[in-house]
Amino acid sequence: MADNQVVTKPAGRALLTAVESAQLRKDVPELKSGDTVRLQVKVVEGNRERLQPFEGIVMRLRGSSVNRNFTVRRITNGVGVERTFLVNSPRIEKIEVLRHARVRRKQLYYLRGLTGKAARLKELRPLSAKQIAAKEAAKNAQA
Amino acid sequence: MLNALLGRKVGMTQVFGPNGTAIPVTIIEAGPCVVTQVKTAANDGYEAVQIGFEPATTKNVTRPELGHLGHSLPLLKAQRKALQTHQQEQRSEDKAEAENATAPEKDSKQIQKLLKVQANRQRRPGPALGPFKVLREVGLDEGTTGVELGVQVDVSLFKDGESVDIVGTTKGKGFQGGVKRHGFAGGPKTHGQSDRHRAPGSIGSGTTPGRVLKGTRMAGRMGNVRVTAKKLEVIQADPERNLLVVKGSVPGANGGLLMIKKHVMR
Repeated sequence: MADNQVVTKPAGRALLTAVESAQLRKDVPELKSGDTVRLQVKVVEGNRERLQPFEGIVMRLRGSSVNRNFTVRRITNGVGVERTFLVNSPRIEKIEVLRHARVRRKQLYYLRGLTGKAARLKELRPLSAKQIAAKEAAKNAQA
Repeated sequence: MLNALLGRKVGMTQVFGPNGTAIPVTIIEAGPCVVTQVKTAANDGYEAVQIGFEPATTKNVTRPELGHLGHSLPLLKAQRKALQTHQQEQRSEDKAEAENATAPEKDSKQIQKLLKVQANRQRRPGPALGPFKVLREVGLDEGTTGVELGVQVDVSLFKDGESVDIVGTTKGKGFQGGVKRHGFAGGPKTHGQSDRHRAPGSIGSGTTPGRVLKGTRMAGRMGNVRVTAKKLEVIQADPERNLLVVKGSVPGANGGLLMIKKHVMR
């Protein structure tokens, strides 16, 4: 009888993580709520597949890992349209982030009650080199 | 080959199907299992195989089980001590004998028995297997030959796209009422009802038969029973990782023991 036997531990949870991470896409850009995105969605018509663009504001981000999903809201012909996608879905050909916006919550349900100009979000642009320099100068002047 | 394998439920997640739809799946860590006993029609009256799953440490397995798996049994502590002292005595006697050359004393009955046990410890002929945490009996596919002791079986038993039945023990729910346990509708929620919202209603007629029929569905213990989830599709079977991915849910909590059977149309 072997007293120093090697008892191999089951992989357990690691197995699940491995299966999940195999499903994740690497080409997904970082999404934040308030972003304006343009999606190319694969649509099957009969037995033909084509790409359908969908552009709007990321109104909601939820879930994690494989189940991470986001809702894009846009107004078409005066009607609010919301579509929810899985971030890692192979049905999405491409996700393009066009603009970032300054928002203070993750889920922008308040957009549903707003229309027209009120439904705009303040755009958040990365600072240009000139602006950064100006900020530095201001800081130095204060010190 | 075998028609079933043992495994443990790891958890549920989702994977994307070939056309991009999300499929709910259960991840199972199945096998490897080792054949620990072969039952034959000649010997046992039917054909079957006992398999062991999950290695265990020797101290956690009973001695009868070790004997069944072909291990030579260690003597009990008291027995070992008795034998040791006996052997020590013998050695000192041997030295004395060399000088005196007297006839050797006969061993006591107890010591003789111990020596016999020690010499004849192996209970089952053949290889020592395991020990295992779980031993289960499974059937064989028809016309299978060449299943021998110690044969290792893994997830390669199942192919992608095949259907399987999964046997497990459901989560225990404790004592539950008729609404949860049998799907009764309960009573009306309004129109002056009080305390009748989840009541089971009538449990039978009046004077005839004058008793409650056996098997009438009532409140009681729910869950913690053996359940078979039938005809689940195998999405992925990877023998290298002992990974089995099956579409849909299976009975029991994460970490629960499962038996994965090949699906048979009846």
